[in-house]
Amino acid sequence: MTTATTPDNPPHGHPDHVCWGGGAANHTQHRLDVRGLTVSYREVRALEGVDFSTECGRCVALIGPNGAGKSTLLKSLVGILTPEAGTILWRGAALTSSHRELAYLPQRGEVDWQFPITVRGLVEMGRYPNLGWWRSFQKHDREIVDRALAAMQLEDLADRQISALSGGQQQRTFLARALAQEAHVLLLDEPFTGLDQPAEEALRRLLRDLAAEGRLIIASHHDLETVPLIFDEVLLLRRRTIGFGTVQDAFTPEAIAATYGTPALAQP
Amino acid sequence: MSVFLQSLDLEITRRALFACLLIGFANGYVSAFVVLRKSALKIGTISHGLLPGIAVAVALFGLFSWSVLAGALFAAIFIGLGSLFVARTSRIDHDTALAVLYTSGFGGGLILISRLGIRQKLDEWLFGGLMGMSDSDLWLAFGISAAAILLLTALQRPILILLFEPNVAASLGIPVRLLNYLLFGIVILVLVSSLQAVGCILSVGLLVAPAATIYMFSDSAPVLFWGGGLLGSLGSCAALILSYQLNWPAGATITLLLGTVFLLAFILSPRYGLFRINPASK
Repeated sequence: MTTATTPDNPPHGHPDHVCWGGGAANHTQHRLDVRGLTVSYREVRALEGVDFSTECGRCVALIGPNGAGKSTLLKSLVGILTPEAGTILWRGAALTSSHRELAYLPQRGEVDWQFPITVRGLVEMGRYPNLGWWRSFQKHDREIVDRALAAMQLEDLADRQISALSGGQQQRTFLARALAQEAHVLLLDEPFTGLDQPAEEALRRLLRDLAAEGRLIIASHHDLETVPLIFDEVLLLRRRTIGFGTVQDAFTPEAIAATYGTPALAQP
Repeated sequence: MSVFLQSLDLEITRRALFACLLIGFANGYVSAFVVLRKSALKIGTISHGLLPGIAVAVALFGLFSWSVLAGALFAAIFIGLGSLFVARTSRIDHDTALAVLYTSGFGGGLILISRLGIRQKLDEWLFGGLMGMSDSDLWLAFGISAAAILLLTALQRPILILLFEPNVAASLGIPVRLLNYLLFGIVILVLVSSLQAVGCILSVGLLVAPAATIYMFSDSAPVLFWGGGLLGSLGSCAALILSYQLNWPAGATITLLLGTVFLLAFILSPRYGLFRINPASK
């Protein structure tokens, strides 16, 4: 499934590929560098000296036990939380300064599903960062919204209020908004929670496709079994970085045991 | 209807009707924000707190519409920000601080008003005085209504994001704190303008019920705003006519009528009402 790729844009990895929101070729410079990230809630330290570095086109899993700081890390990347120390650089500048390129999918429980908004309305919100506060929707914007809805197979549901959707449809609606925004970096907080088997498989394929088109996807994830199916890289987190690397190198039984503390939990 | 039509010859009735149209629309429009922000009770509390501000301003500057407005505004800001300050700097939560501040202020206001010897104005400030609208009152209502609707419409996108995803709004480059103060200011101004129509005890009804009613039927935020405005103005005018026919107090009739319409919507709405056909939420 191709999403919003234009026909004349060669695939990601090709030297002439133009990345999302970046408007620039040379995707190897589209790096996310996190150095020494430390975040505290009042006196409680949630993250301490977290380091990792990745680039667009990848799908990165955040793995760790409850309270390991997965959500905290995502919220610091988005700019909801202010780090105590450390840097978050995207293409050499502060990630929060390029909020147009950044899309965030909150945990399901943090969304007000009764809000009076339809699927289309929510996806249209994705155009706001590009349009600013006042500029009106043009043909171009409506086309992007339509394509995003089509890519997430939501055309028939476009006029539904968002609480009248299944869990998978709700996740796809937020992904469609990220597509409409032409976001380059997608930060997802537990996107697979509460999905049934078919919805989970569909979302898995979608995330793979989105990464293949040149987006950077970072998602917190709790199901160890599915990590190798979805992700290229994994960040093992327990307040500090326990391990980071490709799934092959870093997602080892030893590293998982070190992350969760108990070997019994660590069988992937 | 006949009693009302006869009295339309009177300037005072036409003014009252015009005031209902204006104040009802502005309050109904802003009620969408109050409902989506889920802050009806807080706003209701602050509206009660307007009274002491009015009393102090009248004691200091005399009885003019501008002094009433300035006093009410000052009281709202004092109680709103004061309660926030107490909540942030102590273990007391915001609601508790609000309750203590507004009841003590209200008590002080009552005493001051009885000492000032303007008891007859007390009823108007508490329950509304549509029959006493002066030219300057009408202009004030018009100015506030126009400014509120203009600002909320112009800032529709950031407001929508702020309401739907308050946590994410800041990360999207929205100046959340500034916008919150601005919106608080708009709500207070609209509240003050409705003081003339329904008084500070009933004003929150006009500032909540219209959009709450539309919310039972619509899944669109713009419909909530404009529909709330329409229902607020039509409902207020209908209530004014009714109050003439039945010789009821106008302010009370407005909130009673809007409340009754909400109750009907709650019972009868096919999608979100008590006897809805398919439950909307899963």
